[in-house]
Amino acid sequence: MGRQVRLIARLDIKGPNLIKGVHLEGLRVIGDPQAFAKRYYEQGADELLYIDVVASLYGRSKLTEIVRRAAHDVFVPMTVGGGIRTVQDVTDLLRAGADKVAINTAAVHRPELIREVARRFGSQCMVLSIEAKRRESGRWEVYTDCGRERSGLDAVEWARRGIELGAGEVLITSIDQEGTRKGFDVELTRAISEAVNVPVIASGGYGEPAHLSAVVKEGRADAVAFADVLHYNRASLADLRAAANAAEITVRQV
Amino acid sequence: MTMQVTVVDYGMGNLYSVQRALESVGAEVTVSGDAAVVAGASRLILPGVGAFADGMAGLRERGLVEPIRRHAQSGRPLMGICLGMQMLAGVSEEFGEHAGLDLIAGRVVAVPAVTTEGSAQKIPNIGWRNLAPAENADWSRTALATTRAGESVYLVHSFHFVPTDARHVLAHCEYGGHRVTAAVGGGRMIGCQFHPEKSGAVGLQILSRFVQD
Repeated sequence: MGRQVRLIARLDIKGPNLIKGVHLEGLRVIGDPQAFAKRYYEQGADELLYIDVVASLYGRSKLTEIVRRAAHDVFVPMTVGGGIRTVQDVTDLLRAGADKVAINTAAVHRPELIREVARRFGSQCMVLSIEAKRRESGRWEVYTDCGRERSGLDAVEWARRGIELGAGEVLITSIDQEGTRKGFDVELTRAISEAVNVPVIASGGYGEPAHLSAVVKEGRADAVAFADVLHYNRASLADLRAAANAAEITVRQV
Repeated sequence: MTMQVTVVDYGMGNLYSVQRALESVGAEVTVSGDAAVVAGASRLILPGVGAFADGMAGLRERGLVEPIRRHAQSGRPLMGICLGMQMLAGVSEEFGEHAGLDLIAGRVVAVPAVTTEGSAQKIPNIGWRNLAPAENADWSRTALATTRAGESVYLVHSFHFVPTDARHVLAHCEYGGHRVTAAVGGGRMIGCQFHPEKSGAVGLQILSRFVQD
């Protein structure tokens, strides 16, 4: 009862293409992101999440252009990340139609960027993106550059720090679970949710309705991101909404 | 008949989504921060995301305060969205006390950080919420005419507008047991705390009604 859990369509981008991998690796081209974005909007996605998976490695991407095209036809909130390093990068994406930005690598390298973005555009605009891998029980390490580089940071401590600096939301992607369809890292999601007082988006691992129920009820996620289940058409957003209703999770009625 | 609408550009936030949403419902959109253009508009949208004081400063710097006030007072349609809705108020308490456009008497106050049951709640209030009609509110002659009670809209805010006269509240949504103002109205003026341009089909319907007024 109370809060409505958001169902988010996640689109990982490489160059001009929608792609999908496993553990953020082995990327496969799925198609034109615009066609998928329109489909997810029409199916009733509560939000779209774009992450450019190679932008941190190779500098600026085609992301701004992709977002601008999306804003032409998509009338739900869009969160965009990948390769954002400066307040100017954020300005460009917001002008293109993004509502929020998700920052991982540049925030780890220079945490002050979180404060700068939050001051300029408000906390609601600044999503701290954390990609984490499980270490020993109950601990997770933050990775940067789309799961390629270890940071030495503890994910839960980093989430707390990011919120202190002004992040208004946390996107937590489990590298271990990402693309496996074996379920979300519920423990990780719960550890982050309990550590911060801002909304938490869980990402990585959806395979079946029980996974959604677990990450919301046990993991306390405020929002859940879905990627390959949608891209490969194993379920539509309407199916996921029906699954949420069946599990008595409050979601937007479309 | 073309449905013309002018979106006020005063340097706050992304106007492209608002423009696109209006175009998608058939409006002919002008985006302008020019006082003469705004003064000559038949229908105005005052959008905006950001801090209240910055928004009012943006309007003042461009000489837009009087044209917008005159527009509303002459009974031409005006829609404020998010910060643009809050600026319709007399006063805001966001980061100190600041005067607004004073088109609808009232104060912009913080969304309670504690639920009615006494537990802490997340601020800003972000997400989809159900619209509930305020008591005695009549949506039929507003942009909400074809909106049904309980339909969901998207909000992102830390402050909300509490009009002095409760009859100016058109809709609210519930957050932590509190009633948070979601829409205000008076004459042909409407203010939406939510983002119709980001509220899917429900939001587009509201914009469509507004441009047909």
